[in-house]
Order: sequence, then C-alpha cells, then structure tokens
Amino acid sequence: MVEVKDIIKEENLVYTKSKILTDKVFHYCPGCSHGVVHKLIAEVIEEMDIQDKTIAISPVGCSVLAYNYLAVDWQEAAHGRAPALATAVSRLMPDKYVFAYQGDGDLASIGTAEIIHACNRGENIVIIFINNGIYGMTGGQMAPTTLEGMPTSTSPYGRDVKLAGHPLKITDLIAQLPGTEYVTRQAVHTPAAVRKCKKAILKAFQNVGKKNGTQFIEVVSTCNSGWKLSPVKANEWMVENMFPVYPLGDLKG
Amino acid sequence: MAEYRLMKGNEVIAEAAIRCGCDGYFGYPITPQSEIMETLMLRKPWEETGMVVLQAESEIAAINMVYGGASCGKKVMTSSSSPGISLKQEGITYIAGAELPCLIVNVVRGGPGLGTIQPAQSDYFQAVKGGGHGDYHLIVLAPASVQEMNDFVALGFELAFKYRNPAMILSDGVIGQMMEKVKLSEYKPRWTDEEIQKISGSWATTGKTPDRDYHVITSLDLDSAKQEIFNHKLIEKYKTMAEKEVRYETISCDDADYILVAYGSSSRICQKAVDLCREKGIKVGLLRPITLFPYPTKIIQEMAKRVKGFLSVEMSAGQMVEDVRLAVNGKVPVEHYGRLGGMIPTPNDVVKALEEKLINVK
Ligand SMILES: Cc1ncc(C[n+]2csc(CCOP(=O)(O)OP(=O)(O)O)c2C)c(N)n1
Ligand code: SF4
Ligand SMILES: [Mg+2]
Repeated sequence: MVEVKDIIKEENLVYTKSKILTDKVFHYCPGCSHGVVHKLIAEVIEEMDIQDKTIAISPVGCSVLAYNYLAVDWQEAAHGRAPALATAVSRLMPDKYVFAYQGDGDLASIGTAEIIHACNRGENIVIIFINNGIYGMTGGQMAPTTLEGMPTSTSPYGRDVKLAGHPLKITDLIAQLPGTEYVTRQAVHTPAAVRKCKKAILKAFQNVGKKNGTQFIEVVSTCNSGWKLSPVKANEWMVENMFPVYPLGDLKG
Repeated sequence: MAEYRLMKGNEVIAEAAIRCGCDGYFGYPITPQSEIMETLMLRKPWEETGMVVLQAESEIAAINMVYGGASCGKKVMTSSSSPGISLKQEGITYIAGAELPCLIVNVVRGGPGLGTIQPAQSDYFQAVKGGGHGDYHLIVLAPASVQEMNDFVALGFELAFKYRNPAMILSDGVIGQMMEKVKLSEYKPRWTDEEIQKISGSWATTGKTPDRDYHVITSLDLDSAKQEIFNHKLIEKYKTMAEKEVRYETISCDDADYILVAYGSSSRICQKAVDLCREKGIKVGLLRPITLFPYPTKIIQEMAKRVKGFLSVEMSAGQMVEDVRLAVNGKVPVEHYGRLGGMIPTPNDVVKALEEKLINVK
C-alpha cells in the first residue's frame, strides 16, 4: 500500500506556499480579495529574491495587520498616510523596494493628498490599491469609491450622488500624473485574473527597481461581508457592477 | 578652529541639522520658521552630506515622512509653527506610540486658529502634555538663544535616540527670527549603515536579513492587556527621563525671596527684570527650565521651602504656571504674568507684575 509520506515528496509538489508568507492564519473573511493579493505579493518578493530589500507600509483598514502575514520589514502607517512614509523610506534608502498597501477609504478619501503628491513627485514606490468600494474594517460604510445606488451602512438607501458625489475613479487621475510610470487596474476573481494580477505586481516591482517613477496597481476587490454577499455572489456582483465603472486593464505603461 | 557666525535662530537650526549628521528634513512653509527649509534648500546638503531635504505637500505628509524615515533608524526631523504643529499631532502620537526617535521644531506663534505670525508661548500645553491623543510625552527642549537653537538640534537627536522617543525644540518667533553670534558645531558625518545597525538594528526596518526575524513598526495592539503593559513601559520611560534628563539654569536664586520662572525668550526678558529688581533692592532670582518635559519639578519644590513666591512669566494665558503650582503644592503663592497674541512683555512690565501680584499684596 502507498503511504502518505511516500507521496509527500518534493518532486510531487504541484504547489507550495511562498516562503515569504508566515504561518499565521489570515483574519480576512472567506472570499475577501485581500488574502489573495497578499499571496501574490509574497510570491513576487520570493521570486525576485528581494526579501532583504523590501520595506512594506501597511494602512489603516482591514489590511492593517498585513504585517502578520508577509515576512518582510513593515511600517504601520496612520490612516491614509502610507505614501508619505513610503516617500521617506525610498528617498533615505534608495536601494530598497518600497511598497505601500492601501484600501480605497485609506487611499482615495483620507489619504487623497498623500497619494496624489507621492505619485506626482514620481516617488520610486509601488502602490497596491485594494478597491472594494466600501469601508470594510469599520463595518461597511460608504467609501468614495462606492457605486451609485449601492447600499452601505452610511448610505442605507443606496449612494445618492446628489448627496455624496460620484464614485471617485482615482486611478484615472493617478494615470494623468507624469510621475507615474505604470498604472493598471486588475482583479483576482478568477484563476486567469489572479495570474494577470500577479504579472502586474511583478512588473511593478521590477519597474520600481529602475527608478523611473511610481508604480500603481488598483485591484478591484470584493468585500463580501460589507456587501453582504456570499463569496461567489460577491464575485458575480463585482463583475456586473464594479467592472463597468472600474474597467480592468492597463491605464499607462 | 571654532567657527563663529552672526545668524538667525531659524538659519542655525538648518546649519546644525546638516552638521550633526541629520539624514532627512521634511517640512512645509509657515511663518515664522520658513527660513529653516529655505536655508537647507540654499545649502543643498544632499550634495555635501547626502542629507535628504523635501518640501512636503502638507505638515501631515511631512510628519509622516519623518515617521517613515525614523522607522528606518535614520536621524530625521521636521519643523513648523503652531498651526502646522497642530496638523502634525496625528503623526507625532503614532511616532511616540511606535517608540521612534525624531526631532520636531516648533517656532511658536500666537493663536488660537490662524492667530498671529508674531511670537508667543501658547503651545506649552500641547508640547509638554502630549499634544495628540493617548498617554505620551515628548522630550521638550526650550532654547533661549540662537546658540541654544544650534546646540539643541544635536542634543534633541541624542535624547530622542537614547529614549526612542520624539523630541521637540519648543522655540518661538523671537528666538527664530533674532540674530546673534553663534559658535557652530563641528561637522559629524551621517551614520553609516553599519552604525545604524549598531544603534537601532534591533528594531529598525532596514530590510529583513536571514539572521533576524522581520521587524514591524506599529503603534497598534488589539490586545488590551498588552497595550496596558506597553502604556506602563512608556510611563517608566518618562520617569527615567525625569530622574536623569532635567535641565535648567538658575540666575541669582541663592538669596532670592522671589523666583521668576520663565523659558525661551521670556527668560531673556526676565534676566533683565532680575537686574532691575536687584537695583531696587528686591531679591529676585530666575529659574529657567531648559527641559520643559521632563520639568524641573524638584528644584522648584526645594526653592518653595525658602522663597516667598513664584511668578511664572510666559507669553501665554498661563500654561506653564500650572506645572509650577503642581511643584510648589500650595506652600507659597504662585502667580502668572503674560502677554498674549504676539505681544512681548518688557522687563519693567515683569517687575511691575511681580510687585503687584506677589510683593505688594496684603
Ligand atoms: C484618523 C482615522 N479615522 C478613522 C479611522 C477609522 N477607520 C479605520 S479603517 C477605516 C476605513 C478603511 O477602509 P478602506 O481603506 O477602504 O479599507 P478596507 O477595510 O475596506 O480594506 C476607517 C474609517 C481611523 N482608524 N483613523
Ligand atoms: S470586511 Fe471586507 S475587506 Fe474586510 S476582511 Fe472582510 S471581506 Fe475583506
Ligand atoms: Mg475598502
């Protein structure tokens, strides 16, 4: 009879967890995009062999504890300020790979000034922007990115654009800035999308080492808890409703 | 050979930063301290020492750049004046909560709000009691001369790194704008990567190497029990500072019946007031706190045993006077005299206030 230990052998492995990922269990809700994107970043860091050169900045949002999951040096920023920290790190230690990981409330609301100016200065940093159209961490309030008519706890009758303005397509603005080199919008809802998104993250990290400006990756994401949808339904809802407003693809570079 | 120059207080801050091996300055213009960044931009230290100088989009960004730089074990600083320092408070409390060293310069102007661009000392509470949310303190140094503007840059960094705590130079528009002779510091090179490893290698985010676990700079602890332990650790740190780092100057205090307590530019005015009083036969001394946190409480307690009263002289509505009262603890009268809104008292005003508030009372 074949023993299990005979099967668990290096040559039989079809998948291994990235060495950059720690053994801590993700606190993210099942179906949440955050975890998938963490995994992709970890794989890119491992493949590029830049663990010792990577400095990561985590935001305030559901990914505030991102530092529990990726074994690289981390700085935990105040809400919205990650690009300012990243600016200083990359200027003071230009040989490092600096990335800031931010949610849509963090990046496109409270931290609008910091992201616009960091990108406009062309800071040599990578921005990973998780746009789930909602404030996940605080319990599903309206974000600047919340879709028209989309219900949230602070727009219980759906976002009224007369009251709250239109969904902010901040990535379109970012792409206009001469300081950015590569601006793209991705998602992680299918295996194909995950592979594409990883390619984009890899490209951003490779680019940033060449010091030609800011690398910006928006990941249109699900927040099934905030949206009050099952993981499968959340993916379907995202394709139907988020993608028309936030179409996937490269905006620049 | 020692180098002497006639310089403005603000210009000296910039010069001292370059000379003490500062790695980065991040600022945003505001009167009366804009000369600090202007001097740095003219001096181009990035060509000379490699120091980074960056004009940020706001004070909020500037202090968060300091947060990022300090997290890497770098000697980084920012400067501003009152309204800008208010904006920095969010970043400052994160830096204090993450136990990071850095230097913040506040060249105080009158408030509240946009207030005035003239000098004031109305940010004392904000500087010494924390300023942002949460239980924390800054190390606060109060220069009274252009020379001390020079000296306290290196001292501020030294104490900040010694205690892993943000330090503040609490200056004001008078000291920032006036010109005096100053003996400049010798050049010290910026720390090498190896030196940073030696000094801050146990915590700084310099890139995870195979020989150590990865480092996390954060002020977050979702476990209340752990957060409380951390709060106690901070309290212990502040106690150690109070034991070891109190600095003050006394002038003519030995035989004094009355003590003027004043820091920064007010202490300069009070020096003259002491002379005027002595000419009149009133025995007055001056206690000048140099560290506002930790505060020279003990010396005030001792003086309270033998003097008839204290007059706290500040360009504020009466802020430091509360710390004098706490120290004196009701033993003798403690009064406050101050001008506000950017008005500066004269030595004669101080003498008159002393007579009215402490000497000629029944
Ligand atoms: C100054 C400040 N304001 C508000 C908050 C509360 N807060 C925490 S996370 C968050 C929103 C996060 O939303 P987003 O950036 O979209 O991240 P997500 O959780 O959706 O990933 C808010 C408002 C805070 N921590 N700090
Ligand atoms: S609340 Fe939303 S963003 Fe936060 S972990 Fe859950 S699904 Fe993800
Ligand atoms: Mg969000």
